[in-house]
Amino acid sequence: MKRRDFLKAAAITGIASTIKLSDGIDLMAQNVSKKATGCDLVAVMGGEPAVMFIKAIAEFGGMGKFVKKGYKVTIKPNIGWDRTPELAGNTNPELISEIIRQCLRAGAKEVTVFDHTCDDWIKCYKNSGIEASAKAAGAKVMPANEESYYREISLNRAKILKKAKVHTAILDSDVWINVPVLKNHGGAKMTISMKNHMGIVWDRGFFHRNDLQQCIADICTISKPAVLNVVDAYRVVKSNGPQGRSAADVATPKALFVSTDIVAVDTAATKFFNQITTMPLESVTHIKKGADLHLGTMNIDSLRVKKINI
Amino acid sequence: MTLKKTRVSIAVILSALITFYFLDFASLLPSGFGFLAEIQFIPDLLSGSLLVVLVLLLLTLLLGRVYCSIICPLGIFQDLISWISKRFNHKKKYSFSNEKKILRYSVLAAVLIAFFAGGTILLSLLDPYSAFGRMITNVFRPVYMAGNNLLAGIFNHFNNFTFYTVDITILSLFSFIIGLLTFIIIGLLAYKYGRTYCNTICPVGSILGFVSRFSLLKVRINEETCNNCGLCTMKCKASCIDSKNKKVDYSRCIDCFNCVDVCKKKAISYRFHRKKEVTASAPATPDNSKRTFLSVIAATAMIAPTKLYAQGMAKINKNTAYEKKHPLTPPGSESTEHFLHHCTACHLCVAKCPSHILKPAFTEYGLGGIMQPRMDFKDGYCNYDCTLCSQICPNDAIKILTKEEKHRIQVGKVQYIKTNCIVYTDETSCGACSEHCPTQAIKMVPYKNELTIPSVNPDICVGCGGCEYVCPVRPYRAIYVEGNPVHLKAQKFKEAEKEDIQLDNFGF
Repeated sequence: MKRRDFLKAAAITGIASTIKLSDGIDLMAQNVSKKATGCDLVAVMGGEPAVMFIKAIAEFGGMGKFVKKGYKVTIKPNIGWDRTPELAGNTNPELISEIIRQCLRAGAKEVTVFDHTCDDWIKCYKNSGIEASAKAAGAKVMPANEESYYREISLNRAKILKKAKVHTAILDSDVWINVPVLKNHGGAKMTISMKNHMGIVWDRGFFHRNDLQQCIADICTISKPAVLNVVDAYRVVKSNGPQGRSAADVATPKALFVSTDIVAVDTAATKFFNQITTMPLESVTHIKKGADLHLGTMNIDSLRVKKINI
Repeated sequence: MTLKKTRVSIAVILSALITFYFLDFASLLPSGFGFLAEIQFIPDLLSGSLLVVLVLLLLTLLLGRVYCSIICPLGIFQDLISWISKRFNHKKKYSFSNEKKILRYSVLAAVLIAFFAGGTILLSLLDPYSAFGRMITNVFRPVYMAGNNLLAGIFNHFNNFTFYTVDITILSLFSFIIGLLTFIIIGLLAYKYGRTYCNTICPVGSILGFVSRFSLLKVRINEETCNNCGLCTMKCKASCIDSKNKKVDYSRCIDCFNCVDVCKKKAISYRFHRKKEVTASAPATPDNSKRTFLSVIAATAMIAPTKLYAQGMAKINKNTAYEKKHPLTPPGSESTEHFLHHCTACHLCVAKCPSHILKPAFTEYGLGGIMQPRMDFKDGYCNYDCTLCSQICPNDAIKILTKEEKHRIQVGKVQYIKTNCIVYTDETSCGACSEHCPTQAIKMVPYKNELTIPSVNPDICVGCGGCEYVCPVRPYRAIYVEGNPVHLKAQKFKEAEKEDIQLDNFGF
C-alpha cells in the first residue's frame, strides 16, 4: 500500500468512526460477538446470584466476548415495583452489581442502569436495592420517568408495533444487557426476557391496547437487541405476579439462565418455572410469536446448552 | 441587633423554609420541617391542636401579633412585596387610616357562621396559611419545576443524572386561577398599602388583633420626646400609627418594629404597659366575588367540551360510559364529611403526594368543597405503602396512619365493566389492572383459549386506583374506583401457606 493510500484510508476510517453507527451496522457488530462464544445457553442452579453469574459468563468465554474496551454498556433490570428484594418483584440487586463489575473489568467506559417502572420510580429504584448497589458497583443510574428520555425508532420487522419510543440509554449504548427476573404474570402469563422489553419503551398502554403478546414479540425485533439475556431465578414470583402481594407468592429455587438467544432463554426459563407452578410453554404465546419473527429458537435441544449445579 | 433586624432574620428563615417545603418535590428537606405547617393558627384550630393554639394566643397576649410578622407565610410574602415596592419607589410612604371595624368583623363573622353551618370554603379561601400554600403549589411550584427541568436538561446532556426531569402539570385550572388571583390581589394590596389584607380580611388577623389590644409588650410612643414628625406613620405598613394624636391602633399593629427603627428621637419603644391607648381603620379592598364567579364560569367552559367529546367518542366506540358518584378522599380522612370539615385547602398534600394523585377538586364535592383535594387516578395511583399525606396534614383532615392501618382502609371500591375490557372486545391479553393491584382484588382468571380475564373481589380492594390508572381503554375505562363517602375496612386477603420448593433439575 502506498503511503498516500494508507493516509487516505486512515483518514476515512477516522471520519467513519466518529459517525454514529446506523442500526443496521450495529446489528452486524452484535452478531459477530454472538458467533464468537462457546455455547448458546447456560443454566446454573444452587448458588448465590453473583456466584452463578460468574460461573455462567465463564462458559461464554468471559464478559470480554460481549463488552469491548471503551464500550458504553447499558444494563436493563426489571425494577418495575416498589418491592424489597425478598419479594422478588424486581431483579436481584447482587446480580446487577456483579454484571456491572464484570463489564467495568472488561473495559467498559461507562455502565448505565435504568428501567421504566410501574410504581413511582424513585421508590422502585430505592426499595429494590438496585440504585444503591448499582452505584456502589460503579454504574450510573438513569431516570426513565419522563418522555424526554426516549426517542422514537421504527421496527421494520414488527407486525403491530411499527414504531416505539425507546429509552436513549439503550439507543446510545454500544451494547446492552437484558436482566429480567422470572415471574408469573396475570396478563402475559410469564414475564421474562421478552416481556422485560416493556421497560425500555415509553408508551406501554399501546401494548395493552393492541394485542399485548404480539407487541411484546414486536419490540424484541429492535435492531439493537441485547447482547446477553440474563434471567434471574434466584427468587421467583410463582403466583399473583408480577407484583406478588406477600412472601407466600415467592419461591427461592436459586437459578440463573444466560443466553444470547432471547427465545431460547425464555423457553428454558418457562420450562423451569413449570416445575414450580403449572405453566405450559404454549400458553405463553409471546414466546412462539418471537420464534415466528426469527428472534430465536424454542428448540433448546438444537442449541449448545451447559447445565451447572453448584 | 435591633428589634427589626431580629424580626426580619427570623421571618426570612421561617418563610424561606416553608416556601421551600412546599416547592420541594425531591424531598431534599427532612420531613421534620413539617413543623412549619404545624404551627399555623387555623390548621391547629381545625386539627384540635389546642395546645399550639393556646401557645399562639399567649404569645400574642405577651408580645403582640408576632405571629403575623414572623410565622405567617402570607404575611411575610406581603412584606417582601412591600420591600420590592420600595426599590421602585424610594419615596413610598404609608399614611394612617382608621380601622375598618365593620368590614373586619363582618368577614370574621361570615367565616364563623359559614364554618358552623358546615362549609369550610370561606375559611379555606381566607386562611392566610392555606392561601399561601395554594399560591405556592399552584403557581410557583410549576415554575420551580420548570427551572429544575432546565437544569436537568443541561446536566443530563453531560451524562449527569443528579437532576431529573419532572412532569409539570397544572393540577386544577380553578385552583391555579385562585392561586394566581391570591398572588395578584394580595400582591397588589401589599404593593400599594402594606398589610391591608391582614387588617381587614384575614380571619386570623382579626382574632389575633382582638387579643393584641391587651398584649403586655407593645410599641409605645413617648409623648414627651415625640415631636410629631410623622416618620413612623410613613413607615408603618399596617397604617396603624396616628402620629398627630400620638396613638397606635394595637389591633392592627403586627410588631414589625419599623417605627422603632426609624424614629430619630427614639420616642418609640417596645415595652410594657404604661398608659391607656385608643383604637382606629384602612382602605377598602376590591370585591372578589364577581371575579371568582367569572373564573368558575371560565373554568366550566374549558372543561365542558372535553366531557362532551368523551361522551361522543364513547358512543362511536361502543364504550360504556360511567360517572363517579362519590369523589375519593385520601386514606386517613375517614369520610368525605370529616375531610371537608377539616381541610382548608392549603394544598400541602397536593404538593407532597409522590404519586401526584391528590388534586384540587372542582365541583366533585359540590361547590362547598371547591379546591379541596381529591384522589384522581388519571396520572397515577396511591402507593400501597405510602402514608405521606396522613403524616403531613396540619389540619388532621387526613389523620396519621401506619402502613399496616392503611393497608386495611378502603377509600373506594373497584368497578369492572366487562364490555369495555380489551380481553372481551379484542380477545387479546392484557392484565394491566391485575398487574398493578396490590391485594389482587383483581385477579386474572382463565377465559377463552390461553386468555385470562379480570375477576374482581371488591371486599379486599383498598381503592388505590392502580387498575383505573393503567387500564388502557378509552375514553371510558373498563375498570375504575368508586369512592366510599365513609371509608370502610377492607377485608384481609387470604394468604397462601408459604411452601418451600426444592428443585433438582431444570425441567428441560
